[in-house]
Amino acid sequence: MQELTHITLFTVAVAALATVLILPFGVGLGWLLARKRWPGKTLVETLVALPLVIPPVATGLILLKLLGRRGPVGGWLHERFGVDVVFTWVAVVLATAIMAFPLLVRTARVAFEGVPERLEQVARTLGAGRVRVWWTVTLPLARRGLLAGALLAFARGLGEFGATIMVAGYVPGETATLSLSIYHLVQLGRDAEAMGLVAISAAIAFAAVWTGELLVRRGRT
Amino acid sequence: MSVRLEGLRLATGAFELALDLHFSAPVTGLFGASGSGKTTVLEVIAGLRRPDAGQVFIDGRVVWGCRGKVDTPPSRRGVGYVPQDGALFPHLTVEDNLRYGLRGGGPSWAKVAEVLGVGDLLGRRPVTLSGGEQRRVALGRALLAGPRLLLLDEPMAGLDAPLRERLLPYIRRTRDEFGVPMIYVSHDADEIVALCDEVVCLERGAVTRRGRPNEVFVPQLPRYGLPG
Repeated sequence: MQELTHITLFTVAVAALATVLILPFGVGLGWLLARKRWPGKTLVETLVALPLVIPPVATGLILLKLLGRRGPVGGWLHERFGVDVVFTWVAVVLATAIMAFPLLVRTARVAFEGVPERLEQVARTLGAGRVRVWWTVTLPLARRGLLAGALLAFARGLGEFGATIMVAGYVPGETATLSLSIYHLVQLGRDAEAMGLVAISAAIAFAAVWTGELLVRRGRT
Repeated sequence: MSVRLEGLRLATGAFELALDLHFSAPVTGLFGASGSGKTTVLEVIAGLRRPDAGQVFIDGRVVWGCRGKVDTPPSRRGVGYVPQDGALFPHLTVEDNLRYGLRGGGPSWAKVAEVLGVGDLLGRRPVTLSGGEQRRVALGRALLAGPRLLLLDEPMAGLDAPLRERLLPYIRRTRDEFGVPMIYVSHDADEIVALCDEVVCLERGAVTRRGRPNEVFVPQLPRYGLPG
């Protein structure tokens, strides 16, 4: 029971932390994609969408090669700070963040595209600088969409499996999320316990997506 | 107040805007059919749209020129812009909308509220206002920012005839009470005759006629051919 609580809380914490980490970047990039024209935009769009379409295990392998002790990033971290990322909770958060990022960016982009440019222009003529317009017009009007995007990213993070298992493995008490634990239990033939975790996952994901839908619906009326 | 557009060129989808224009009347009407370039002219003056070439002067000072090397941002041009539907901020109350650009030097709050009759609307959200009320609040919001020039883009568009009749006196009082010069865009000759000192007619991005409204818009009498 205690283990169950730990796994559940750890999973929620990982998804929440990953969402908070990607929020500023996702919102920023979503805005840039919705409102600005710049060279390489299509390339960035495609790159950002990649984790959605390539197998999560492949993303996980790329991360493993990057973050491993012999990888460029992992090697540097190990030599410089004596820190190892792979097979720790940090790797779980990173994998989750990268897998959730495309969903956040896409939702944020749509949210910003839904803000009429006319309103921002009028705010400018009323003497507001770009920053003030962003905080007082753009952001409040995109708020619901952004929140829905964050919830979607969070819900995606709860279920992350493929990339995480590659880069973090199943380490009880360190990297064991709900989905990793379900897989592990089924491998051991403990299906009933696995079903318990399935029920918890489904309940949390349901609540997150439901809240997101409510927000979007309220925003429409 | 004067606005001068010198050698202005701007390619839109359908045609190229090509203008040399000087606005100096208290209220100038900009008249033309839909798609004649009226709104584009307002956007260029307000700094919301960059021309391809030419110069824009407000009160003798260049606000856009040298291919964009001079480009005063819209927030510092002192030009109030009221787009067609009013473009009120939907997430703010009427009062917060009015206060958005509020700064010293503009007309007083009390006077704006009185002239435009918006005092009773302060706590309401824009979606709950009628079309006419929305235009009045939008006009008040622009006035309270203390502009030296007001650009009104078809403030009567989308309103039915009785509502237009009711809105017209508000605009007339705004013109008379605040003395802020205006450029008034419309495709309705009657409105221009009722409100403007001068009219500039646009067609496909070029000026076709200009003059006093009642001279430009001579009533067209039906002509009957004589028999035989």
